[in-house]
This record gives sequence, structure tokens and C-alpha cells, in this order.
Amino acid sequence: MTKSLHFLPLSSCPKYMECPPHTCPVHLTQYPVFQQWPMPAAPEGMNRTVVILQVVLHKWIPESNSVFFWFAEAGFQLAGTEVSHDSELRYASAKFTPLPKMAASIGVAACRALHSRCRGKLLSKGRGLFSGARCLVAEGETNFGFQTVSEAEKGEKVYRVFESVAKKYDIMNDSMSLGIHRLWKDILLHQMNPYPGTQLLDVAGGTGDIAFRFINYVRSQWEHQIRQKLKSHQNLSWQEISKSYEEEELKLPGGSQVVVCDINREMLKVGKQKAQHLGYSKGLSWVVGNAEELPFNDNKFDVYTIAFGIRNVTHIDQALQEAYRVLKPGGRFLCLEFSQVNNPIVSRLYDLYSFQVIPVLGEIIAGDWKSYQYLVESIRRFPAQEVFKAMIEDAGFLKVEYRNLTAGIVAIHSGFKL
Amino acid sequence: MGGWLRRAPGSLRGLRHLALGSPASAGRGYQLPHTDLTVTPEEHVDEETYYQLYPGHIPTSPLQKALLSAGSAFMALYNPYRHDMVAVLGETTGSSALRSLRDKMRHDPEGYRILQERPRIRLSTLDVTGLRGLSDGTFGREYVRFLDSNRVSPDTRMPVKFVDDEELAYVIQRYREVHDLMHTLLGMPTNMLGEVVVKWFEAIQTGLPMCILGAVFGPVRLNARKLQILTMELIPWAVQSGRNASCVLNFYYENRWEQTVESLREEIGILHPPAI
Repeated sequence: MTKSLHFLPLSSCPKYMECPPHTCPVHLTQYPVFQQWPMPAAPEGMNRTVVILQVVLHKWIPESNSVFFWFAEAGFQLAGTEVSHDSELRYASAKFTPLPKMAASIGVAACRALHSRCRGKLLSKGRGLFSGARCLVAEGETNFGFQTVSEAEKGEKVYRVFESVAKKYDIMNDSMSLGIHRLWKDILLHQMNPYPGTQLLDVAGGTGDIAFRFINYVRSQWEHQIRQKLKSHQNLSWQEISKSYEEEELKLPGGSQVVVCDINREMLKVGKQKAQHLGYSKGLSWVVGNAEELPFNDNKFDVYTIAFGIRNVTHIDQALQEAYRVLKPGGRFLCLEFSQVNNPIVSRLYDLYSFQVIPVLGEIIAGDWKSYQYLVESIRRFPAQEVFKAMIEDAGFLKVEYRNLTAGIVAIHSGFKL
Repeated sequence: MGGWLRRAPGSLRGLRHLALGSPASAGRGYQLPHTDLTVTPEEHVDEETYYQLYPGHIPTSPLQKALLSAGSAFMALYNPYRHDMVAVLGETTGSSALRSLRDKMRHDPEGYRILQERPRIRLSTLDVTGLRGLSDGTFGREYVRFLDSNRVSPDTRMPVKFVDDEELAYVIQRYREVHDLMHTLLGMPTNMLGEVVVKWFEAIQTGLPMCILGAVFGPVRLNARKLQILTMELIPWAVQSGRNASCVLNFYYENRWEQTVESLREEIGILHPPAI
């Protein structure tokens, strides 16, 4: 079938990356992990007609999804099972007969598409953030910690917070997380697993932690490669040796490059000073830019990371769309961010620590209580793992997964642009 | 996750009361509406933000106050240039001393006037050129000379943040602003030695734990010679003056610029300073 079949929920199809467009039938599989589900057979006969009809209609009348949803619901009721209207419908029972199953999956897909449209509308008006019991914020307003402010104000307030904490940012990170943030960042790099030649864009990367780790990683990868070559008795040719000397002097191995982008000049200043102090100069550039409007061309980077920065962005969906835009096809999106804790005991201890100890540490070490109060409040306001995953998928990323670290205090979300 | 996640520190009531303090005890006085906070009914805002009693007030739980006192004491010793840490220490530990100070002020007519009128000593309210024009030996002239020679300004005093009573917040703010005037009256410069001497005087006068700690631990950073001068001459004089003098906060200094330093010293009860 033609490529046009992929209009309909592409982002909902985890199998998509395994089938090139020109041969793939429409897979309407269900969440969350496609390995658990057998790939449904390509639609045939009546089902195929229905699906094609839905796809064609959807292109011109997006609301037609709801028609198919009611149809699917009717189909479910005929088969005697429940339908959940929740946008997070995940599983259908395996005891479905093929028609209702197909109907179920169409229903799910339609439901998702409908919800993503609704969500898209909501998000585009800058409404608050999703999860459980969060209150709805009026249009044009957003959350600054537990306060409600206008969207224009939030950007400015966040800028001022980071301007005042910039100099003590690293010390505060160490004392608040008891040094664990270093482990988290190391795990992010291991998950990224860059090879020499990767182009990295680190957004909200102010003081350069991720960038420096990337450079170290790539260098050690390069050395590892050289050692492997020598071990396997492939002697390096003279040209290769001279090239490795050359590259060491002029740029990073393999031509890797890191661009550190941040909206806040103070943070970048601190980052540059750190780089000078630690001796990182090659392959590193520092750019002032807004995550919602990146000053880069399309399809430029292999990896896009944003570590502990995306919760400070006023319009998260715009930042995700920009991430999608600047990544090359095949590029990877990685987000390291504080998230919701699942374990109730850990959660209580974490709350106690966050609200009682962290602002006190901020006052004593940095002389700034309010910025760290904002920090812990903004963590609570950020959407939960699953909701954020859905937001990433809405931006067009595929194979979106997340990984909880430290019982969910921090999560790494990953997605691919394909 | 549910909304309870946002409530610090969770649903354990006992722990919460320790950590948050029960709402009633978070501070007497009316609630000042915080100007840049809009609270929607269904939104749970941290309880503490309701209890802002004066501009700049940050309500804190008993646990936070304990952590702040310990941390600020350590930081003030570790880095003596952190004046804000000294201020925080004073605020978090001084509640009973401040209350007795306020009672002393209430029982004195001039002190009572100060509590009513709440004057602040700031560069914007001080007529510096006028004071400079006064003759030598007057309180105003000597005060401005002190500001110039030590290159300090009355505006560098930290605003009060952690005192949970609005009147006591004013008392401690007044104490901070009067500190510079004490330097003038005692004739002490703003180096470490002078500060320690003034701290001894204030410790006797006010009984603030921060002053007592500063007086006891301050000399740690002095060299032997200075330490000797300190112990042999300055501290006995400071202690005696402190005991002899009436409460220094009971004087309306803004009305006394033309008074000579000597007569003011006599009136308060400060003994003549020894030559350093």
C-alpha cells in the first residue's frame, strides 16, 4: 500500500520503524510494549476497507475518527467487553474475535488520535500540565512552581532564578542530591552511547555537565577503538596514525561536535569558565538560544539532550517540536528530568527532604531561598512519566521509552526521529 | 500520582506537624495577601505561603528553623564574610530574646514611640550632607565620619525573613540598623577586633544568642596580640558598659544627631572607651 496509509496514528505504531513505508500495511497495535503483542495481521477484506476509509476520511475530516470510535465501541459491546474512554487505554483482551479486535484497535487508534487532537488544542493554548489531580489553569497562564503566572512572566521569572543561582549551581547540585546527580548524568551518557563522529546538541546545558561527559566518552571510545585495532593485529597504517595525531590537535575524534545551548547567559558564562578550567576547548560551542525556538537549521544533529531543563520551559510541546525539527532522521531525543516517584515510602521521604531541607540548603549555601523553593515546586508540577511520554510521541518521535532512576525521582525519556 | 504528593511532607500527621508546624502556630497576626500569588480554590498551595506576615517574610517550620540555625552558624564561622548568615542565625535563634527586648521597649516612653512610629535608618531617609555639616563631636557628624572611613552604608542591612511575628521583625530590624550607631558610640572600627567588641556589648545588652555566639567564637580568628588587647582591656570595658547602660534600643537616635557623642554616652551609660 502507499505511504498515505501512514497518516493515521503513526506515532501510535511502535512497529513503524521496522517497516519501510512503501511495504508496510497499517499496523494498529496496542500499547505499551509491542513485544508482548503479536503483530496483528494486515487488515483484509471488510476490515481493510474500513481502515482505508478511515485513513482517507481522516485526512480531510479529522473528526471522523469519532464515528469510527462509536463503531468500535458498538463492536466491543457486541462482543461483550468493556471500553475504556481513557486516553491511556492500553490493552485489549486476547479473547477478542478478529472483527471486534480490529474494531478495538481502530477504536483505540481513533481514541488516541482524537485525544491527541484535543490535547494538541489544549497544549497549544498553553494550558497547564497534565497529570492526575492537577488543576486546570486558565488560558494564557501557566505554573511557576505552585504559583500561577502569565506565560510571559514565567519565562522572565525562570531567567531571573537561574541568573541568581548560576555561580553556585554546581555546588548546590552536589549538596542537594548528595552527589548522585553525577551518577544520573553518567547513566544518561551510557544510554546515549555516542560513537566518534556524533553531533550532540545539549539544550539547557548551561554549565556544560553533559557536554563534558560526552567529550570524555567519545575520547575513550576512540581510544578503545584504536586499542581494539591494535589488539586484533591490524597495525595502523602510517596515515591512520598521523590522522589520529592530527585529529587530537584540531578537533574531537571522528569529528564529533557538541553545541551547548542555553537561554541564560550567566549559566553559559559559568560553563565556559568551567570548560577553560578543565581544559575542554575543541569541538565545543556555546550558543544562546530558546528551547522553544532553536537557532539551528533542520536535520542537523544526531542527538538532542535536555538534562533538568525541560520543566523550566514555558511551552514544553514547542520545545519537543523544535527537538524533532533539528534532529536528523534517525536522530535520538534524550531527556533527563525529575519525575514522579512510585514508591509511597520513598515518596514521603522525598517530599520531606525536598520541602524542608532543600530551601534551607539554598539559603545557607547560595543565600537564595526562593529559587530553591521554586525548584522543588516545579518538580512537583512536571507531568508524570507516562504523560510526558505521550507528549513526546505527539511531537512525532517513535519508540519512546522511559527509564526510572532512583525509584522514579529521575527519569530518562528517549525517542527517535524516523 | 495523586494530589497528596504535593503536600509536604505527606500524610503522616505527626511528622507533618513537626515539619510544617500546625497552621495556628505559624505566626500570629493577620494574613497579608501575597501580591503575586493567585490561589485558586481547587489548587493546593503550600500552607506556609498563606502566612506571610510582612514583606520578605518566609514562614518556616520548626525543623527548618533548626536546620537553618545549625547551617548558618557553621557557615558564618567558615566564611566570616557571609553577613547574611549571621543575620539568619540571629533571626532563627532569637525569639525569646527579641520578646524581652520588645517588652523593654514597651515599658520605656521613647522606646514605645519607636515601636509606634517604626523609623528606619536608610540612606534615602538620612540627610547625609546635612549631617556632614554639623560640627565635630556631634553624634551625626561622627556617624557620617564612621560611614565614610569604613566605607559602609546603612543600606546593606539584610531584610528580615524568618521571624514569625511582625513586631519582633521590626525589633530585630531596628537592632541591625542601630548596630552601626553602636560602632560610633563605642568608637570601634569595622575590623574583626572592633566587631567582636561590639558583639560583647550587644550580647550583654540584648541577650541575643547570635551575639553571644559571635562574642565567644569571634576571637578565634584573631592573632595573639589582638587577642591580648581584647581580653585585657576591651572586653572588661564592653561588659561593664553593657551592664551599666540602659537598653540601647530605647533611644530615638534620629532626633539626636545634634547631641554630642559624649553627652549621649553619658545619657545611655556607656563608659569612656579605652584607647586602642
